[in-house]
Amino acid sequence: MSEIKDSGRIDATFARLKAEGRGGFVSFTTAGDPDYDTSLEILKGLPAAGVDIIEIGMPFTDPVADGPTIQAAGLRALKNGQTLIKTLDMVREFRQENDKTPIVMMGYYNPIYAYGVDKFITDAKNAGIDGMIVVDLPPEEDEELCVPAKEAGLNFIRLATPTTVGHRMGPVLNDNTSGFVYYVSILGITGTGSAAEAAVEEAVSRLKSQTDLPIVVGFGIKTPENVKSVSSIADAAVVGSAIVDRIKSNLDENDAPKAGCAADVLAFVKELADGARN
Amino acid sequence: MSGVTAENLNSFSTGPDEDGNFGIYGGRFVSETLMPLILDLEEAYNTAQDDPEFQKEFNYYLKQYAGRPNPLYFAERLTEHLGGAKIYLKREDLNHTGSHKINNVLGQILLARRMGKKRIIAETGAGQHGVAVATVCALFDLPCKVYMGKTDVERQAPNVFRMKLLGAEVEAVTSGSMTLKDAMNEGLRDWVANVEETFYIIGTVAGPHPYPQMVRNFQRIIGDEVKTQLQEAEGCLPDVVTACIGGGSNAMGLFFPFVDDPSVEIIGVEAGGHGVETGEHAASITGGKPGVLHGNRTYLLQDGDGQITEAHSISAGLDYPGIGPEHSWFSDVGRAQYVNATDTEALEAFQLMTKLEGIIPALESSHALAHVMKIAPKMDKDKIIVMCLSGRGDKDINQVAERLGVEL
Repeated sequence: MSEIKDSGRIDATFARLKAEGRGGFVSFTTAGDPDYDTSLEILKGLPAAGVDIIEIGMPFTDPVADGPTIQAAGLRALKNGQTLIKTLDMVREFRQENDKTPIVMMGYYNPIYAYGVDKFITDAKNAGIDGMIVVDLPPEEDEELCVPAKEAGLNFIRLATPTTVGHRMGPVLNDNTSGFVYYVSILGITGTGSAAEAAVEEAVSRLKSQTDLPIVVGFGIKTPENVKSVSSIADAAVVGSAIVDRIKSNLDENDAPKAGCAADVLAFVKELADGARN
Repeated sequence: MSGVTAENLNSFSTGPDEDGNFGIYGGRFVSETLMPLILDLEEAYNTAQDDPEFQKEFNYYLKQYAGRPNPLYFAERLTEHLGGAKIYLKREDLNHTGSHKINNVLGQILLARRMGKKRIIAETGAGQHGVAVATVCALFDLPCKVYMGKTDVERQAPNVFRMKLLGAEVEAVTSGSMTLKDAMNEGLRDWVANVEETFYIIGTVAGPHPYPQMVRNFQRIIGDEVKTQLQEAEGCLPDVVTACIGGGSNAMGLFFPFVDDPSVEIIGVEAGGHGVETGEHAASITGGKPGVLHGNRTYLLQDGDGQITEAHSISAGLDYPGIGPEHSWFSDVGRAQYVNATDTEALEAFQLMTKLEGIIPALESSHALAHVMKIAPKMDKDKIIVMCLSGRGDKDINQVAERLGVEL
């Protein structure tokens, strides 16, 4: 696969959204939650449910930026044998059916470091990954993964937060980052509070004044109404914990999926995605 | 960097570099929300460190509140019993709150006050660090929340009650393995949500830069005093300095002033749990490999997929799957040697010191003694070992009784 094609899915998606005159919808699920097969079934159904960009979580035992919902999802996946190798397999299977929807891997550095940075970049690219968000790699640690990923044509997507102000914006929005900027709209972990609309609007315009990259907003977005409001302010809105909660509600007491789990989750995702279209 | 060896270094005491790296270890692996805080902290710490007023204030509290300097005690009966090298104990157990932890928390709380922070959070394993933090928060009238794994809350009940008496809120952490690493996860989650007002007092020489350097410098008083005291007592340097290691703050405090004295052998003792070969241990250097957790790169207990595995130790204070990054570097470049002692060996050492010296050591410190018991008999009688007796063992008596099959 050519570099242009790989790093191009994200750019092409934002160009399409611009042409359609709307903000996008980004879903987050944890790879392997609740198990490999169900997780893959959900993954495959996301584009048809209206997801513009797929974020897939790489499970980690110690996810310090995540709240209880996503922590639990990661542990469910790990308990059922999910590994980084299997997460890449899952993306490869998805890519056999879909070559358009961008996939961004999100997680923590240690599993990638243990896998080997160079090998990970090669394998992720070959699997059809478009970008990555690594929570515990700030710009100060760009040499670790960001720069090699960029050289290989993978987007390294940076997190900007409410503390990314003043002279902090320079390093966060530097030339090593591409694809889009993920704005974490609250001070805190996933699945907790929500930001006020005015605060998000102010932050998006602050970031836009410093970068031409699309701004995608996440954390605290839970309902179709939230998606509607955020996707009209930013270039796209991310929902994570609410989808993961929906998966959880389709599990039995042993955390095994009940019949119709994937279908119910995808119906919920469609409601959320419709928020970005109305 | 990784090519550095003991031969081509002029000094082992110049680290970290400006990005917080000791060789390949250390660094600042934190989320963007925390990054500006870490940078502010670094600036505030550097300013304080160069400010004689700050040093004066720190020294005042170390002396008048913590009770420093504590003795370097010649353990005559232990020496006689083991029949080899002379054994000196650095009595950190005699500090106020009963361990070395008070040194670091006094430094950090004075810094928090200078930075105008209004709320203190901390993680704790055995509860010694939690008690020390709760103590200084009482002293300076600051609200304090201590995160402690549920497993540790259960096995360290007296310390939990102490913290509560001191006015701290103790949150039992039920995520993950419910021990020290999970308490640290929860501390970091709290900090991300409360960045403006909150100061996170990390209890060991780990975490993102500048914590490993800062905590080391607050703890080096241990080794600095030893150097002076041994000079007075024996007129020489020790042949061996040794200490137990979880995250490694008492060890780094003792070791650091000696790293550029090549005649001094430095030995860190990790918790071997049921034995490193069983997989149930907390020996990050012996049984782990380099990885990234809690803001720094260091040796970690992990599986092949980079998932962090559970540490095991009889001692809650050593029950952590990582180690301070500077220790990892000392190990790689060969400046210090890292060994381990098992639960059983630590229990034997605990009883021996209690019976021979009338000193009940913490289970953590008993690991260091277990190693002293292995090496002292093989050394000449004119050799000197200094061991850090990092804490008192009163907190451990219920657990020891249980292990020995005694009903209280």
